[in-house]
Amino acid sequence: MSLAAIQKAVALAVMQPLTRNERMQRVGPRGEKMQAYAARYMKPNDRLTSFERLEIYNRQYWFRVLASMAEDFPGLRAVLGGQRFDSMCKAYLTECPSRSFTLRNLGARLETWLRQNPTWIRDRHMLALDMVRLEWADIEAFDGLAKPALRSEDLRETAAPNLQLSIQPYVRLLELRYPVDDLLLEVKHGDETLDFASNAVQERRKRSTVRRVAKLEPAQIFLAVHRLDFSVYFRRIEPEDFSLLSALQTGKTIERAIQLAFRKSTVPAADRAAFVQHSFQTWATLGWFYRPEEKVRGENPREKSKDTNHG
Amino acid sequence: MPANRFNNFTDYGIGIGLRAPHYDHILTRKPVVDWFEIISENFMIDGGRPLHILDQILEQYRVVQHGVSMYFGSAGRTDREHLRRLKDLVKRTGTPWVSDHLCWGSVDGRYTHDLLPMPYTFEAAKITAQKIREVRDFLEVPVAVENVSSYAEYHVSEMTEWEFLNEVVERADCGILLDVNNIYVSSRNHNFDPLTYINSVPADRVAQIHIAGHSKFQKYILDTHDHPVIDPVWKLYDRAIQRAGHTATLLEWDDSIPSFEEVHDEALKANRFLAETQLGVAV
Repeated sequence: MSLAAIQKAVALAVMQPLTRNERMQRVGPRGEKMQAYAARYMKPNDRLTSFERLEIYNRQYWFRVLASMAEDFPGLRAVLGGQRFDSMCKAYLTECPSRSFTLRNLGARLETWLRQNPTWIRDRHMLALDMVRLEWADIEAFDGLAKPALRSEDLRETAAPNLQLSIQPYVRLLELRYPVDDLLLEVKHGDETLDFASNAVQERRKRSTVRRVAKLEPAQIFLAVHRLDFSVYFRRIEPEDFSLLSALQTGKTIERAIQLAFRKSTVPAADRAAFVQHSFQTWATLGWFYRPEEKVRGENPREKSKDTNHG
Repeated sequence: MPANRFNNFTDYGIGIGLRAPHYDHILTRKPVVDWFEIISENFMIDGGRPLHILDQILEQYRVVQHGVSMYFGSAGRTDREHLRRLKDLVKRTGTPWVSDHLCWGSVDGRYTHDLLPMPYTFEAAKITAQKIREVRDFLEVPVAVENVSSYAEYHVSEMTEWEFLNEVVERADCGILLDVNNIYVSSRNHNFDPLTYINSVPADRVAQIHIAGHSKFQKYILDTHDHPVIDPVWKLYDRAIQRAGHTATLLEWDDSIPSFEEVHDEALKANRFLAETQLGVAV
């Protein structure tokens, strides 16, 4: 039997979901008895059967990936409840196993998958989706690329209507229907103090979070998830700011971005210049702008993206 | 002996793993540590705090890279994105050598994020060695492969684990990161004499040694890196350095991580054995 064939067969068993009691299933990946399946590949020893030896890896796999999901999505866990969250993660990871060398990317497809499988979040559909988006933005803002930032002085020197500015890759813009930022901060704060809290305090906090989730009312917010001094922050912004930054992110000129920002705005025309100036000053201070690279003549963007694909 | 082509002719002493709970202590107290080992994948990112911390560590300490997901033994192709990011990190850290495990863990682009044991076959040795050469040529630094702890054995195996290790490193002409705790764990799980393993390793290829603690269960032992090193593992370490000479030694402590001092003190216990061993003695 070839190395490739053995590895495919063993990986199928290792990545097969566990039973409710967190044991290896009795039925194998191709419908045959797992005992026979394991015995085909693994030797038993004087203490463990082939099944039990393979089971060690099966359990390790699921314990590791589920722990990673719980660490990355504590907010979604609070929204769904622990049991439902674990079941949802098992279903997600069965359909979307890791395709990256790093566990950091394990939840990269969770939002898309939840949209395709809404039964997992049926009671709190919008709230759950908002929370997933925020938690994924949190991950991306934490270790996203930072380009050399333009300062306020740079902006003054180069101010021109057709000037293009790019937004730092680590800045993530979100339009949300629930104020999940506060909820996530509360959940995370609870996690941080767990080590020092008594069981009673933990239990009270858990009950308080559950009550808070249940009571959370929809309220549209616009967020910039960003990084300052290597810590991630959730900054609430105005709808006009959101439109403006989104337009800049897609490569629009400043002039065009401003036009788009005030299309449906209630900000009086007379106040708009001051509004824009204040916003740009704030964002420049936060280091959100960088100058987009000039395109090299003859550069083929398709070839470039092909180079960075997985080999 | 310890400074050899597999560790880039360096002469490192006792190091510990760089772990997040110790960042503040290291950066504020600046303890004397010969070198730190980092998990490469934790720093193969675009930006943010981890790289900022790493850059500060690099200003004061020597760093060696240890990977957990290259999967030399996987039958599929090497992930080019992984290699590219790893090379960027190698340039950043100036690591004298790079290590990863003699195992597999991915199939058809799907990752288990585990260190799965190899079937000890000649075909597997050939494929694994080819991949190690490919990685070394791309990274342009020496590569050392680490023996893993295992809990299962395959019917198709054609040789012992140590014979397989020898077959791979000879074919790849690479170094060995000898994990004496892993040898102990596997010897208990598979009923072999760990000294036979240690005595069979080509001493002149040992670039680095790992020591660690583990957890005992009723029917098997798990490599958990959450306890101090036990005496039988120190005895194996003693034998390993008798054969290989003073070798860069690293204590792994990855779970239930105690204070920096406790981890460092545990690592420095290796000095007891190093002091008794003459430099460059291979047996």
